[in-house]
Amino acid sequence: MLLYVIKRLLLLPLLVIIFSMFAFFIIQAPPGDFVTSYIAELAASGSSIDQAQIDGLRSLYGLDQPIYVQYLKWMGRIITGDLGVSLDWQRPIAELIGERLLLTVLLGIFTFLFTWALAIPIGILSATKQYSFIDYFFTVVNYFGVSTPTFMTALVLMWLAFSKFGISITGLFSAEYVDAPWTYDRVVDMLKHMWLPMVILGLDGTARLARVMRANLLDELKKPYMEMARAKGMSEWRLVMKYPVRLALNPLVSTIGWYLPLIFSGSVIVATVLNLPTIGPMLLRSLTNQDMFLAGSIILIYGFLAIIGTLISDILLVWLDPRIRMEES
Amino acid sequence: MSERDEMIAPADEVELSGVVATLGDDAEAISVAPNWKLVWWRFRRHKLALIGGVVIIFVAIVAMFPGFFSTQDPNETVATDSFIPVQKLRFWHNGRFQIHVFDVEGKRNPETLRMEWFIDETTIIPLQLFSHGYAYQQFGQFETDRHLLGVTDPESEASFHLLGTDRLGRDQWSRLMYGTQVSLSIGLVAVLISTVLGILLGGISGYFGGWIDMVIQRMIEILQSLPPIPIWLALTAAMPRTWSVEQTYFAITIILSLIAWTTLGREVRGRFLALREEDFVVAAKLSGCSQMRIIFRHMVPTFYSHIIAATTLAIPVMIINETFLSFLGLGLRPPAISWGVLLQEAQNLQSIALAPWLLLPGLAVIITVLALNILGDGLRDAADPYSH
Repeated sequence: MLLYVIKRLLLLPLLVIIFSMFAFFIIQAPPGDFVTSYIAELAASGSSIDQAQIDGLRSLYGLDQPIYVQYLKWMGRIITGDLGVSLDWQRPIAELIGERLLLTVLLGIFTFLFTWALAIPIGILSATKQYSFIDYFFTVVNYFGVSTPTFMTALVLMWLAFSKFGISITGLFSAEYVDAPWTYDRVVDMLKHMWLPMVILGLDGTARLARVMRANLLDELKKPYMEMARAKGMSEWRLVMKYPVRLALNPLVSTIGWYLPLIFSGSVIVATVLNLPTIGPMLLRSLTNQDMFLAGSIILIYGFLAIIGTLISDILLVWLDPRIRMEES
Repeated sequence: MSERDEMIAPADEVELSGVVATLGDDAEAISVAPNWKLVWWRFRRHKLALIGGVVIIFVAIVAMFPGFFSTQDPNETVATDSFIPVQKLRFWHNGRFQIHVFDVEGKRNPETLRMEWFIDETTIIPLQLFSHGYAYQQFGQFETDRHLLGVTDPESEASFHLLGTDRLGRDQWSRLMYGTQVSLSIGLVAVLISTVLGILLGGISGYFGGWIDMVIQRMIEILQSLPPIPIWLALTAAMPRTWSVEQTYFAITIILSLIAWTTLGREVRGRFLALREEDFVVAAKLSGCSQMRIIFRHMVPTFYSHIIAATTLAIPVMIINETFLSFLGLGLRPPAISWGVLLQEAQNLQSIALAPWLLLPGLAVIITVLALNILGDGLRDAADPYSH
């Protein structure tokens, strides 16, 4: 098992390098360099900068050097934790992203847990009671879940809440807690707001995962060992939970690898509609305002989250499934 | 959202081969029927998928003739007509058959100074099928002013809005018709590009194997581990603002297919690997067929149906992706009209609270995507008539 994990870990640096190159490419995409836009920004706000400072900035970012040197310098700064300065916000990027990143990850994890807590029972129920009313009902719900863009759900719920109850369901905090330091009350307030984006984000995934679970379980339920256990007099419920469900969970675990990153990055749209303080809307704003260092950093972070998701699913799979372990050793 | 192959659940519902059930004893017909016939026999038993197919045919007809189905010029702005609510289509007037809508009357609210519209049930606007309206070009060739529905008297200057109007007083129904053309075709073109890429690279990977297979497989793995949405956002944001509508249109299809081809590529590779060992391929080899003949005459026809099913399931994913890119303002930009561009008008609470009908284009997205998903599922179940 250790060998397998190490093998997977060795692939990570390669992925990190590819991500960072892509993020760097995004930063370089717009015409002009960082310092020219910085000067333009300063000029627009009425202040100016002298030539010595400009030259200092240029050599700091290596703008007078070939592109691969610039890339290496940028990577070097990132490794030491310096993500650069956002032009748009006039603040260090690390400082800007900090809390938003925490909220993004929290929202992602909550959504993930919600999806699994809902999808597995639905999958088991629809498989064990195949072609029953409950199975058809969830099939219909699943089709709608997969076919409705998440932002549509968010928009419709927002409109319903506003027109029927007169409340606004945007944001993650009540007005008095938006800029407040972290206290117990603030956490409670956040949890009160978190459930709605969680449900909206999770609907699509729940529908897909429940289908996967149902299909996997149906395959298992047909196998001879089920007959065997029944013949020995095992109660149906215990039997289902003890063997086929555990086997059917394996393919589901392998979905974590793409599903977890998908929640993180998929929340961009819902977060924008619901005006959530996560990194998604910030990415959108930085891209429209050509605040490229911020955009590049956020894309890099999404990349890291994706890698972590893949890693978690790999390790869980090895831990759950002895067949993979045996194969590797 | 991106659809990965893990999501595609095995076709579990297909009990017995439908072919036998439809034909009863006529076993000979089965054994001599070509593959596509077997697929069709199996597919037509799936009633829901048939309905999905009919819906898609309707949507496709609208996409081909948007001008004919629209009632007003989709780009015409009428500043005084903003946010007119939905005027419901009615068929009976005073016990007589007469297609009509009720007129609307605008009053300015003295406090907010905003125009408020009321349905005036006393005056009707009579409508007529195949009437004359604004002039448009069909297929960029033929100029005509014939529309499915229009006011009976074109001289009266009365206008009607089946789905209301937006902020700039543009008719939403007509915009939806033109949006259908763009959104549906963007999905189709993007899927076409990814299908070609997927078959080409997946086929090379599966047929040749060895180090080529290794390289292509690693490439697919890396592409699939990239978070798609931020990357699409970044790439579309990098498109120059000066690009024309056509240029952004094709750039978006290419950006969307960059990651999407991997799913099909894997599938095609898997098919090639499995088929290489099949008896009929070995038999073809032994009877001295050339490699090209084996690939195109013997192997490829056996998974046509799979490719069609897989592409049908990929189109709705593309449509949703284009919709949200345009919705966020990074995809197609006005004056282009797509479902995402239309929904952009409904982006914030203020506009939805004021004009909830701006959400209606979302219904078009849901219906089309739903129908395509159901159709695709039915095709996938029917794709392999020899299973079970």
